[in-house]
Amino acid sequence: MKNNQLIYLDNSATTPCDPRVVEAMVPYFSQHFGNAASRNHSFGWAAEGAVDKARKQIADLIGADPREIIFTSGATEADNLAIKGVAEMYKRKGNHIITAETEHKAVLDTCKALEKEGYEVTYLKVSRQGLVDLAELEAAIKPTTILVSLMFANNEIGVVQPMKAISDICVKHEVLFMSDATQAVGKLPINVRELGIHLMAFSAHKMYGPKGVGVLYVSRKSPRVKVTAQMDGGGHERGMRSGTLNVPGIVGFGKAAELCQQEMEAEATRLSKLRDKLETELMKVEEVVFNGHPEFRMPHLTNLSFKHVEGEGLMMTFNENIALSSGSACTSASLEPSYVLKALGLGDDLAHSSLRMSLGRFTTEEEVDFAIKAIRDGVNHMRSLSPIWEMYQEGIDLDAVEWSEH
Amino acid sequence: MAYSDKLLDHFKHPKNVGTLDKAKKNVGTGLVGAPECGDVMRLQIEIDEESGIIKDAKFKTFGCGSAIASSSLATEWLKGKTINEAASIDNMDIVEELELPPVKIHCSVLAEDAIKSAIKDYQEKNAK
Repeated sequence: MKNNQLIYLDNSATTPCDPRVVEAMVPYFSQHFGNAASRNHSFGWAAEGAVDKARKQIADLIGADPREIIFTSGATEADNLAIKGVAEMYKRKGNHIITAETEHKAVLDTCKALEKEGYEVTYLKVSRQGLVDLAELEAAIKPTTILVSLMFANNEIGVVQPMKAISDICVKHEVLFMSDATQAVGKLPINVRELGIHLMAFSAHKMYGPKGVGVLYVSRKSPRVKVTAQMDGGGHERGMRSGTLNVPGIVGFGKAAELCQQEMEAEATRLSKLRDKLETELMKVEEVVFNGHPEFRMPHLTNLSFKHVEGEGLMMTFNENIALSSGSACTSASLEPSYVLKALGLGDDLAHSSLRMSLGRFTTEEEVDFAIKAIRDGVNHMRSLSPIWEMYQEGIDLDAVEWSEH
Repeated sequence: MAYSDKLLDHFKHPKNVGTLDKAKKNVGTGLVGAPECGDVMRLQIEIDEESGIIKDAKFKTFGCGSAIASSSLATEWLKGKTINEAASIDNMDIVEELELPPVKIHCSVLAEDAIKSAIKDYQEKNAK
């Protein structure tokens, strides 16, 4: 491995565009540049045809009908459209929404915005492994509940929620079920019909497609779901999302979906093997805590806390060669450690000490081997600098120390 | 976030990492911060009892790159200073020297606190 090589282990943040995706997109910038809404000339038809093809590629990936695919600018917009759109459309039925503490900010902050408008939101707690409690979910449903929004797979710890079981509860109580599946689509086999998901948000750039394009799946039958548009304009996407379609982005999304469908199984097998190697080797380091669920999890991701070492400092020991994420406050804009890890019941100290490593289509075994060594060396180095590691080794009970909080 | 070369140098090659014998009468120890806050600094000074000059300084820090660099720099500055000179080290001097970004200013504050706390410990031990 060359010293100047950069290893990307942050595929849950974004993935590189697959070259085959880029190749599919290129003609739609200058050659077939038409507006997909131009119904009366061949430029428009070419664009519309390309969008239709992509719509089908994406629908096929998730077991939906192409007419159920609404294109957006990304998963954040799709989450907003789903939650605010349902809240507005069904407000005569009720004003209560259920979600969980470990959801992405795109869901949590959307719910908070609705609370300000008078909606009521229940934030379910999760177990130490990150799963919601189904009995708690059912108990939270009231006559005024209109929507349950629970993510498919968590972005920080990769835990996969029991979608079918959640849907069964929602269907029993005639409540709509929406899922932010940004981390799962293209990586896990998903059939929205079989799983009973009524609305689902996801985005291209997490599955080797381009940035700036997302989808909201909206079920057309049993149940027939409608969302109130959140943007006024030309009435594109069946009136649910106005705005000229991002044709090259959508074409890329379609191609990315097709590739994921073809390669998902082999890729998941390969990545889970590499991930397991990375995890097993790093768990051999003293005082490492695994964050997440050992069984219900994404194949490409692991999240570990290296006790008595601060995540951002640790990352600085190898970030010239390796890119990954930490739950440390120092890496977040808010200066708060990861709320997801805290929701699992981790203390702030363990959240500060966490690293998330997410592998992807282009990760090689050689890179994983390099990362294992670099991360181990980094942990050892940081521990040699850490006063609390020294105290721990001297047998001092760190919980009993009176720290000067600042 | 791009850090200054000086900061990176202190991070990669920290000066004066280690532990002094805190039981010794001429050693002052400052332990500030908390694991929950993401940074803990332990800074120690050893004073030459005849001249009153800091003859050695050591640190260990749990924290981000800026916290480690700030404490490494502080130990360098402390050596050869009198207690009074050491007490006048201001966190903004550290900010300027390392070009700390605004979100990292608290690391320099922590270093100043650690210096003051080490001095206080020494003075309490040696109070007549």
